[in-house]
Amino acid sequence: MTTELFLQTVVNATYAASYMALIAVGLVLIFGVMGVINFAHGELYMAGSYAVVALYAALGMPFFVAVAVGLIFVGLLGLLMEYGLFRPLRDNPLGGLIASIGFLLILQTIAVLGFGVQMEQVPPSTQGKIVFSDGVVLTYQRLYVIIATVVLLSALWLFLRKSKFGWALRACAQDREAAALQGISINDTARLAMFIGAALAGVAGALTAPLVAPTPQMGHPVIITAFIIIIVGGVGSLEGAVLAAILYGFVSTFVTTIYDGTLANIVGLLLMLIVLIVKPTGLFGAKERA
Amino acid sequence: MPERGVSNGLSWALGLALLAALIVLPHLVSLSQKEILVLLVINVLLVSSYRLLTLTGEWSLAHVVIMGVGAYGSALISKELAWPVPLSMLAGSSIAALVAFLLSFPLFRMKGFYFLIGSFAAGEIIRLVWKWSEMTWLFGGPKGIKLIPPFPNIKLLSLDIDFYDPVKYYYLCLVVVAISMVILYRIERSRIGLTFHAIHWQDKLAESVGVDTFRYRTLAFVISSFFAGLSGALYAHYIGTVAPNRFSVEEMTYVLIWAIVGGTATFYGPILGVVTLTVLNEVVLRALGVDVMRPMFYGAILILFILFLPNGLESLVPKIKAWIPRRKHKQAAEQTAEAEQPAE
Repeated sequence: MTTELFLQTVVNATYAASYMALIAVGLVLIFGVMGVINFAHGELYMAGSYAVVALYAALGMPFFVAVAVGLIFVGLLGLLMEYGLFRPLRDNPLGGLIASIGFLLILQTIAVLGFGVQMEQVPPSTQGKIVFSDGVVLTYQRLYVIIATVVLLSALWLFLRKSKFGWALRACAQDREAAALQGISINDTARLAMFIGAALAGVAGALTAPLVAPTPQMGHPVIITAFIIIIVGGVGSLEGAVLAAILYGFVSTFVTTIYDGTLANIVGLLLMLIVLIVKPTGLFGAKERA
Repeated sequence: MPERGVSNGLSWALGLALLAALIVLPHLVSLSQKEILVLLVINVLLVSSYRLLTLTGEWSLAHVVIMGVGAYGSALISKELAWPVPLSMLAGSSIAALVAFLLSFPLFRMKGFYFLIGSFAAGEIIRLVWKWSEMTWLFGGPKGIKLIPPFPNIKLLSLDIDFYDPVKYYYLCLVVVAISMVILYRIERSRIGLTFHAIHWQDKLAESVGVDTFRYRTLAFVISSFFAGLSGALYAHYIGTVAPNRFSVEEMTYVLIWAIVGGTATFYGPILGVVTLTVLNEVVLRALGVDVMRPMFYGAILILFILFLPNGLESLVPKIKAWIPRRKHKQAAEQTAEAEQPAE
């Protein structure tokens, strides 16, 4: 491997780690507060992508307006899931998981009915790129994803640590009954967590739409990636999810570049299985949530 | 079965009627429906074998991949090693059982949600190996294996059965599945089956009286995988091709939906689920010409059931049973009331 290829792969891995972190952190947030693994998370990502397909590629709205609308739209989908599925099934975590499988089938069908099964080509919103050297290039399109990830996750971190809502959210994640006894509204925190968690997946989908050619099935590899990350990072740990996203982003990108994509997926899944066997609480700590 | 003596004659009559209906059925439907009928019988075995695993309380997401192991195994053995198809089917099923045995060591260290995700990962790894370009020489890559030898004709005296005909293959599947179902039923009613139930509801208690829960979980997984593999083998030699995407997690979703819509507390629950949904799918969706809507239809049904009928269709059966005598009773009461009225 030449130095240039190595550096380019590092750049690519940084990009991959970024959008993976956005998706996985949302999934972990939802799991932490709701106690439900959201199988439809990949389809929320897909919905974000299609918001950009419809508003930016088809209607010609400015790219960032489309991304913002996508973020809000997918956040609202999250609210819908909270209200329609997870709230009635609150005492039945496996039920919530199964209901989210039903929801993902519905979202996929809506995408097929609205846009067809073919790949959508979304033109890049900018041709700009940073040229480090001849073989090492970072396009602005990818840079947006990296910047958005850093900004959004930092904002989320501050929000969770500093604001009253953030405290409430973390209290709910630790012990729902005790939080309710302290006067924290379970419904409000659940709504908030679902909105943020879904919106993060949505914004990841919206920002990557010009880079990935959206299809109605695009959520499938994404949810597998997200599972790998949250298991490796430790289910319920936000910091763990970010660290695992970086780890997996690099491992997966390097294996893909050196060998091939299928092997990268196999390696990722093996990593996850090994973590499940050896240390089910994840590599990066956080105690197990019942 | 407390009321066995009373309803024995009735259940015999029902059983015979069902048998007659199953034999006549393929002659009453169109060609494409005959094909669906074959697949339905195969799916009945798939979902019933899945239920055996759920008896121990674990929900696997690898079951369809295990079915695929049986399909690939039987296809390769009959094609590359030129074994007779009936033998290769048993060999394929045994490979599926063996794979399950090996997987049980990592997977049964986990429980509940972790088992679900772990089985998902394990299944995806197997599926990716089928797809992997390095393994194309054996598994044929994403396109899979083509030209799988069909089930051989049976020539017995003057009888010559050609299993290329879907009706004949349907009967073959019916026989194989019926035998499998009897075995599955027997296992569930045996001491082993009761232990599975015990592990589901009281695993700590079961352990405390000396049950090795790991071994019994493995046993349930291996048996259920053998029959899943058999259903895969039946599938492979009927369709003639197998490919990795046929055994994707989406297909697994359908098995999950059949099991949940039917219910898994009784032996007939999952069968009820798969038959009802297949009929609805073929009759309603086909008639409306909205095949694209299939996933949405299944998704909506899944959500409605988990919200409003979490124990599945089977939970309606006792209610209906209770309702019919009550109705008879009521009718009788009304009749006597009517008869008494003029007398007053």
